[in-house]
Amino acid sequence: MTNHWIDIANSDCIFIIGSNAAENHPISFKWALRAKDKGATIIHVDPRYTRTSQHADVFARLRSGSDIPFFGGLIRYILANNLYFKDYVVNYTNASFIVSDKYDFKDGLFSGYDAEKRAYDKSSWSFARDDAGQIKKDPTLRDPRCVFQILKAHYDRYDMKSVSSVTGTPTADLQKVYQTYAATGKPEKSGTMLYAMGQTQHTVGVQNIRAMSIIQLLLGNMGVAGGGINALRGEANVQGSTDQGLLFHILPGYIPTPNAAMPTLAEYNAKNTPATKEPQSANWWGNRPKYMTSFLKSMYPNQEADVSYDYLPKLEPGKDYSWLSLFDVMLGGAFKGFFAWGQNPAASTANANKTREAMTKLDWMVTVNMFETETGSFWKGPGMDPKKVKTEVFFLPCAVSFEKEGSISNSGRWMQWRYPAQAPRGDSKPDGDIIYELFEKIRGLYAKEGGAYPDPIKNLNWDVATNHAFDPHKVAKLINGYFLKEKTLKVGDADKTFKPGDPVPSFALLQTDGSTCSGNWIYSGSYTDKNNAARRDKTQTPMQAKIGLYPGWTWAWPVNRRVLYNRASVDPQGKPYQPEKAVIAWQDGKWVGDVPDGPWPPMADQKGGKSPFIMTTEGMGLIFGPGRNDGPLPEHYEPLECPVGDNPFSKQLHNPTALKFAGPTEVHASCDPRFPFVCSTYRVTEHWQTGVMTRNSPWLLEAEPQMFCEMSPELAKMRGIQNGEKVILESTRGSLWAKAIVTERIQPFTVLGQTIHQVGIPWHYGWTWPKQGGDSANILCPSVGDPNTGIPETKAFMVNVRKA
Amino acid sequence: MEWNRREFLKIASATTAVTAFGGLGFDLRPAYAEGQAAKLKFTKQSTSVCCYCSVGCGLICSTDKDGKGRVVNIEGDPDHPINEGALCPKGASHYQLGNNDRRIQKVLYRAPYSENWEEKSWDWALDRIARKVKEARDGSFVTKDAKGRVVNRCEGIASVGSAAMDNEECWIYQAMLRAMGLSYVEHQARI
Repeated sequence: MTNHWIDIANSDCIFIIGSNAAENHPISFKWALRAKDKGATIIHVDPRYTRTSQHADVFARLRSGSDIPFFGGLIRYILANNLYFKDYVVNYTNASFIVSDKYDFKDGLFSGYDAEKRAYDKSSWSFARDDAGQIKKDPTLRDPRCVFQILKAHYDRYDMKSVSSVTGTPTADLQKVYQTYAATGKPEKSGTMLYAMGQTQHTVGVQNIRAMSIIQLLLGNMGVAGGGINALRGEANVQGSTDQGLLFHILPGYIPTPNAAMPTLAEYNAKNTPATKEPQSANWWGNRPKYMTSFLKSMYPNQEADVSYDYLPKLEPGKDYSWLSLFDVMLGGAFKGFFAWGQNPAASTANANKTREAMTKLDWMVTVNMFETETGSFWKGPGMDPKKVKTEVFFLPCAVSFEKEGSISNSGRWMQWRYPAQAPRGDSKPDGDIIYELFEKIRGLYAKEGGAYPDPIKNLNWDVATNHAFDPHKVAKLINGYFLKEKTLKVGDADKTFKPGDPVPSFALLQTDGSTCSGNWIYSGSYTDKNNAARRDKTQTPMQAKIGLYPGWTWAWPVNRRVLYNRASVDPQGKPYQPEKAVIAWQDGKWVGDVPDGPWPPMADQKGGKSPFIMTTEGMGLIFGPGRNDGPLPEHYEPLECPVGDNPFSKQLHNPTALKFAGPTEVHASCDPRFPFVCSTYRVTEHWQTGVMTRNSPWLLEAEPQMFCEMSPELAKMRGIQNGEKVILESTRGSLWAKAIVTERIQPFTVLGQTIHQVGIPWHYGWTWPKQGGDSANILCPSVGDPNTGIPETKAFMVNVRKA
Repeated sequence: MEWNRREFLKIASATTAVTAFGGLGFDLRPAYAEGQAAKLKFTKQSTSVCCYCSVGCGLICSTDKDGKGRVVNIEGDPDHPINEGALCPKGASHYQLGNNDRRIQKVLYRAPYSENWEEKSWDWALDRIARKVKEARDGSFVTKDAKGRVVNRCEGIASVGSAAMDNEECWIYQAMLRAMGLSYVEHQARI
């Protein structure tokens, strides 16, 4: 989230798309309803009518997988009716930038496409520069090659009629949504966009989010109270685990993982440190070498950073190591061992049968959980003969959240400290102790016996325990960072000398010379003279009270800033666009309110002022976004399994760069009469993820005991299915049973003149428990993914439904 | 803080009892109030944050002072500015995670081709896992790629997990995996 949960109450219009917030983030809805009480409008766009729709002032249906046409139509509507916030667009976004002559878009493909590689050469998606290297601009936004005009031309095809024919949304509903939301383009109005996996689990997932970002930038909704792009994340600490770099492509703090083309730290820094000629750009990632060196010093405090850089594994450039690829490689037999730590991939991975088979190719698996899972017990699951499965499995029981101490980070980036309330049950242990003890053993073996490249193991900073017990405070201090050498630095206007061991007060003081360590620069400031994540101080200034800002309650990254890009909430003189709900304001030569996005004076100050989007190289909001793998502007492509043979917007039916695999488990059914219905997976209030914790909690299981399938009365009639009957769902990848829920919440769509039916299924079930609960919806889902993130397309695929 | 919460509970017990127990034909208010008071008297309270979705609702855990130190109740924290004491059904069921006979309480081991789990000690399991890790790492370690570039990768082990861990646990987990040279490091955020 750029903003935070309480901030939803500040909004004038809450646009929920790809999320069922009322059921899946129930307490978030307290704040949506509080906004509604104050006169805000709630818009819900979804394939299905849910409890979120029930609270919405405007509800519109769309077919799963048609979000970009829906958004494209909105962008066209905003531009055609001059409803954008012009000053904001000119001053704070790249709308005025002149795009390179070489950039082109023709019939669904951007310039630079290589059909053989199924990838783009992105070099033409760039800007024209003058002799000084500065980007050419046209602040009048009239130049036909400026971003604004290119945007206009791109979305000209997305007229209401074409959009409606693809999304299945009646034009009257489109009109209502567009008109309502575009009204937030007025400077004094703010609109927020809330989304969840309904936007990301598509082969165009990243471009869905890009489309929302473009809309928010056009309407001036970024950085303001009640605005922003807000991902309602699905796990208590999935924000934190992402921040801590548990993904192949990032180290902690969003530092890119090194690859083989960057053999030294100097070359790594040269390739990963952006530079700009724009005089007012803060270009914050220009500081990356400080964060990388400080990270290396946290891992290996006694080594030179150049040496510990060698210790880090290097990826093969251009190779994908993401989730779906991992299981594809596992199926090929390339892994001996596998850790499934606090996770249940046998139920949570798209194409679950493939995943379960892949596990039979392992020599060993270590799995850590509280309850039996489909992963740990895969060898005795449906269709498996244990006598033929070689995999050795270790099940390590772990503590629950209130049996240990440490912090988690919510969607609003609040790092919140938790305390133990009881001892771990039985022999179970906190994950931290399991990791600590396991690595002690591994280190011991390398110390005693040597082995392949032992240095990174032997030298790793493993001072993470006190009296042989994992010590979260010690690690939290390391993540925050401290000085390793005495150093005198300017803090404000005065010099301050820091001694070895002193906590780094903020990432602004991290160094490239090895005098500081910080496990994760964005958490610098979280654990200083005290543990800021444990704070419970509700003191507010009157300005902060107006927008529900609690700067003394826990701590938010970065630097306790609660609303990101808040410099865009004020005009270039520093005056809030929305004085009644100001986030920051420039008063008497300083900022008041939230922690501003950098200490500099407002942008109108030619000498010291900075542009608001400090994490982008040019300091501007990216309407034209050159960094993605599938284009600088969102374009509609059908899901890899879809019910239509044509795309009215271009000749490209599918995303030409989508992540896919070869093999018998990878057959896709588009317009295949055997699999005529669109299917989408979702969640229910009483269950969570694969259901391991909630299926084993009796109160919750009683409320939602088994797998079901929601379908329209029309579809039920066509297939002769009665409400409550058992049905079979099947895709090219597998089949499963569910109880039919025949409901008007689901209705057929008219798409390109045909009637298209959609069904919906929850994905929380698994064969281990309860015995009559059904199995994972992911058995049906395809292993195809977004070309940027690799997130699987589990929100739109094709199935058949029949009576059992 | 502590005093405020107690005050809140007093008020809450007086007001909610009327709506919750009204219409039964007899007055449960004194019993309800006594229950609330007993909770404060016989338990130690600590704060926590919900382990389910990412809203981050505050919890109050009540731990039995005199018994076995078990949690006897978990409810929403009225002081927490996000949830203001409220919880959804999942949040309200936390108690059943701590007191649940379906929890696995022993280290379990399944030998190759076996049809059963066996109970093992931590020491036995961690020793064997460490040995397996070392064998797999030493056997699959790649110093240079096909183009002769230094990569220092362990290619024979993959890991997924976990958003279910605390930040500090996630950090040391990534440190361990990267020190071992793993590249296939993924977790819930990807799916």
